[in-house]
Amino acid sequence: MSLVEIIFWFLSGLALISAIMVLLSKNPVHSVLWLIAVFFAISGHYILLNAQFLAIVNLIVYAGAIMVLFLFVIMLMNQNAETEPRSKSTWIKLAGAIAGGCLLIVVVAAVRDSENLIQNIGGKAYAKTAVTTHGEIGLIENLGRVLFTQYVVPFEISSVLFLSAMVGAVVIGKKD
Amino acid sequence: MFSLKSITDSIQVWLSANLGATGALIAQCVIVILLAIALFAVLGLVLVLMERKVAARMQVRLGPNRVGPWGSMQTAADTLKLIVKEGLTPDGADKFLFNLAPYIVMIVAMLLLAPIAYANNFQIWDINIGVLYVTAVSSLGVIGILMAGWASNNNYSLLGAMRSGAQIVSYELSAGLAILTIVVLTGSLQISEIVQSQADGWWIFKGHIPAIIAFIIFIIAVTAETNRAPFDLAEAESELTAGFHTEYSGMKFALFFLAEYINIFIVCAIGATLFLGGWMPLHIGNWQAFNHIMDYIPSSVWFFGKVFFLIFLIMWFRWTFPRLRVDQLLNLEWKYLLPISLFNLLLVTMIAILGWHF
Amino acid sequence: MGAVYLIALIVAAVAFSAGGILIGKLLNKGSKNPQKGEPYECGIAPIVSPWHQFNVGYYLFALLFLIFDVELIFMYPWATVVKEMGMVALVEIVIFIFILFLGFLYAHKKGALKWM
Repeated sequence: MSLVEIIFWFLSGLALISAIMVLLSKNPVHSVLWLIAVFFAISGHYILLNAQFLAIVNLIVYAGAIMVLFLFVIMLMNQNAETEPRSKSTWIKLAGAIAGGCLLIVVVAAVRDSENLIQNIGGKAYAKTAVTTHGEIGLIENLGRVLFTQYVVPFEISSVLFLSAMVGAVVIGKKD
Repeated sequence: MFSLKSITDSIQVWLSANLGATGALIAQCVIVILLAIALFAVLGLVLVLMERKVAARMQVRLGPNRVGPWGSMQTAADTLKLIVKEGLTPDGADKFLFNLAPYIVMIVAMLLLAPIAYANNFQIWDINIGVLYVTAVSSLGVIGILMAGWASNNNYSLLGAMRSGAQIVSYELSAGLAILTIVVLTGSLQISEIVQSQADGWWIFKGHIPAIIAFIIFIIAVTAETNRAPFDLAEAESELTAGFHTEYSGMKFALFFLAEYINIFIVCAIGATLFLGGWMPLHIGNWQAFNHIMDYIPSSVWFFGKVFFLIFLIMWFRWTFPRLRVDQLLNLEWKYLLPISLFNLLLVTMIAILGWHF
Repeated sequence: MGAVYLIALIVAAVAFSAGGILIGKLLNKGSKNPQKGEPYECGIAPIVSPWHQFNVGYYLFALLFLIFDVELIFMYPWATVVKEMGMVALVEIVIFIFILFLGFLYAHKKGALKWM
């Protein structure tokens, strides 16, 4: 196993364990912090794919900005166990299990069908690790060139999306 | 001209000749680890002493002068004291997060050392999005601060952490826009290319008035981002004891303290790289004799000279301006700095496209 | 593979911090005292836990920051290509910033940028 592959498996394991811990943590603040670990692992994957810009965006927007927002929101909520409404109805658990199971089936089916994930080394099938250290597609200049020529209209429309998000934030935040 | 490039190159050649590819990589990693820790320790000692000496000079006193010649060993003695202090964890605290937070803050500070060009060809990783990397990683420091404040289960700590969080995220915007002005002028995010583009003059001179405005905004924003006075409401002694690290003691407190000073160093290093030419010597037009003399000064001296000048500037602010209120702080960012820096960016774009800069 | 150096730096940070804390633990075993575990206050136990509801003002600023941060991210790829694209890029970004500025003006008008 090369060094890159070791890093790949380490990051994958970290991402999975942290994602499970997001669900299992009793305390919402712990959940958020585990989620940050997930984003870190995914950013590491992006760097392995030579998509440094995407990795950094993932860090800035998700691990930085959105997680700070989440932490503020969670601190807004009342975390006292006595006053917190507990909805531990069995029906909700059942519905959640069915919904999650359906998603799992879809994901497993999708992964099983794709042959690109298997590579053949010496007559034996191995799972392919998604690693490229060359490839120019993720580099920022190419992204900028494409974004500001070919996709300039969606880019301008996204500013309208930001506008509506900002107005929404102000309306919700300034209810008084 | 003396250059570190020959030294680093010969080390690299020797390593790959004697240890093979993997061995050389591991050996380089070990060298990086040792150098980074050494830089951390030395910077911590020097900057704390510098802060106290500068403060003393501004207040017409002597400052530390008992330990070692001119008090130069004062911070070493202080560090020794902090190490032997007991590190307390409050009973009500979230023990795991409380102990984790100093590590997060240290890791963030350490990761920021990677893309900085300390001298000609002396850089840990010349990542092709260097400036953006710095913005991204430094925005993660706030997670460590919020974690520390929340986990302490102390009212002072949480209030300090919340203020600190709101302040850091707000001022990140104008710091980012100030950085963008230089990116527009150079067309690259790579630190080495940004430094190269200033071979014939630093951007603060070449970029006319908009570059100077961007520089001023950058300095204000990073002062706020590092929680330095006059933006130190997050650890305002008179109201919040010590802010988010109220409950920390011993070595864990020392780590927060150290990370704070390292962050000051890093933001000043970025400022020096973007606006003051990094390790580039000062050249004045076609005055050959002067330029030649300047070239004889090693590039690392130029870099650290500029960085320490900016650090001195930030320390000067501390004893010049009174602390802002929280509403003034947010007003300053959202009503003044953000619109000004947006407008300034458009102005710089204009200059860059029309080629009006030198 | 520069990314390896990032791992090296993380190792350095953890080694430095853990080393310092460990030496501290070895040099000072500490003594047991129930009062040492109390929160740092004026000597009287605080009546409210800090883990309760917090001011909504921070939340609003975090939301606004998020929007402007994403905008800033969009401008990094723009800044790297602006010189070769010329005036077209400037016009594109002026439209972009103008639309966002409308939202900014709205927030300002509604008093969202004012601290309580």
